[in-house]
Amino acid sequence: MEENKIIVNCKVVIIGGSAGSLNALMQILPSLNKLNNFAIVIVVHRKSTDDQTLEELITLKSSIPVKAIEDKTILKSGFVYVAPSNYHLLFEKDDTLALDTSEKINYSRPSIDVSFESAAEVYTDSLVGILFSGSNTDGTQGLKAIKAAGGTIVVQNPLSADMPFMPNNAILFSSPDYVLNNKEILDLLNSINT
Amino acid sequence: MIEDIELETLINEVYEYYGFDFGSYSRASLKRRVYRVYQLDGFTHFHDFLSKVRTDPEYYKRMVDEITVNVTEMFRDPSFYNILRKEILPLLGTKPFIRLWHAGCSTGEEVYSMAIMLKEAGLLHKSLIYATDINATVLETAKKGIFPLKMMKEYSQNYRDAGGQEDFSRYYTANYGIAKFNDELSQKMVYSQHNLVSDTSFNEFDMILCRNVLIYFDNELQKRVINLFDESLAVLGFLALGTKETIKYSISPGKYKQYEKEKIWRKIK
Ligand SMILES: C[S@@+](CC[C@H](N)C(=O)[O-])C[C@H]1O[C@@H](n2cnc3c(N)ncnc32)[C@H](O)[C@@H]1O
Repeated sequence: MEENKIIVNCKVVIIGGSAGSLNALMQILPSLNKLNNFAIVIVVHRKSTDDQTLEELITLKSSIPVKAIEDKTILKSGFVYVAPSNYHLLFEKDDTLALDTSEKINYSRPSIDVSFESAAEVYTDSLVGILFSGSNTDGTQGLKAIKAAGGTIVVQNPLSADMPFMPNNAILFSSPDYVLNNKEILDLLNSINT
Repeated sequence: MIEDIELETLINEVYEYYGFDFGSYSRASLKRRVYRVYQLDGFTHFHDFLSKVRTDPEYYKRMVDEITVNVTEMFRDPSFYNILRKEILPLLGTKPFIRLWHAGCSTGEEVYSMAIMLKEAGLLHKSLIYATDINATVLETAKKGIFPLKMMKEYSQNYRDAGGQEDFSRYYTANYGIAKFNDELSQKMVYSQHNLVSDTSFNEFDMILCRNVLIYFDNELQKRVINLFDESLAVLGFLALGTKETIKYSISPGKYKQYEKEKIWRKIK
């Protein structure tokens, strides 16, 4: 693994996670500096009834402005976006976000693979994908797509994940640029585009 | 994945050969859907796929059926149905006759949900529900009112979350893995094919529901469709969209009043 984790020309960081990922996000997001010319998009599996809570939690704990995603929301740097439950989240070439109610993928909607693959197509080498804790295989294909398109992929260290299955699967089947614990992921995010 | 240029070629050829314009569909979803049929049907060269679509009208029809997203549910978003029951239906109930339109009704789960709500409000006998979709295959399913029995557990939960008090199973007959909804409900439904891209207004309605259809359209087409709804809606009528959709970029504010946080608007002038 490389020591100097410098990522430049990043436009979007896309974060995927399932069971146990909220914990990790709550350790990281509150200490995040102002986003340096990039946006963060969070795609996590959750119950539809919890829709508002993640946005509220992030708003409460972090100084980075949060936006809930609706049809054709425009992606702007400096903001954190959270995918709604029960829709797949896709990316359009004109920097807008699109929602889609098609079949669940990997038993999930939103599916992390779907969003990662779509983001990879649009943002190619200016995309960073990070996969957190979870207990299914969603996300691995998506990471591979990001890597193939020239982006950077990061996996949470399974030892620091509440549910190591998802990160382990990703490490096994994709070739992550970095495997990091939460503190290191925070440092990486704060160093982007500096 | 297929290339952008290939998708554009397909869109152009479909327009040229069949007159259907996918040009105003949002690309990210359309591209995934086209790639899905392409793979499903075992194509390896886009050229072959294209010529099949061009030369075989039956295959073209299959492709259109497959690229439209038809996923739907009964009582999806229970809070929406709660407002419908508590606030909207009592207002509609003051009319001697109620006309509703479900645009993009897919296999009809939403239409049957509506009929159940109308029945419980004592309004079904004086209602008529028009339900349309571009996809003829889903309309056939909708007309029959037959849904998989295994979905009923989830639907009856949704129904209860939406404030339903009855025993949900009284609305259908279970048989060999299917649930056939009562004719009493379907008698008040009229199904027909209608294309929101190119067809015009066909009646005046007291309520129009078009949920999770506009997300597949670009801004310009959304504007046109919302205007079509506006033309088809009586003053003081209601327009309902999906939970992530809005009319605010399409129509002058002041003409419609929104119901709290729900995606329901009332036409006030
Ligand atoms: C995701 S379904 C929505 C079903 C239901 N309203 C719901 O929210 O559960 C979208 C429907 O829109 C239909 N549709 C797509 N393009 C259309 C068009 N141009 N005109 C009419 N219906 C269309 C599709 O065939 C599909 O059945």
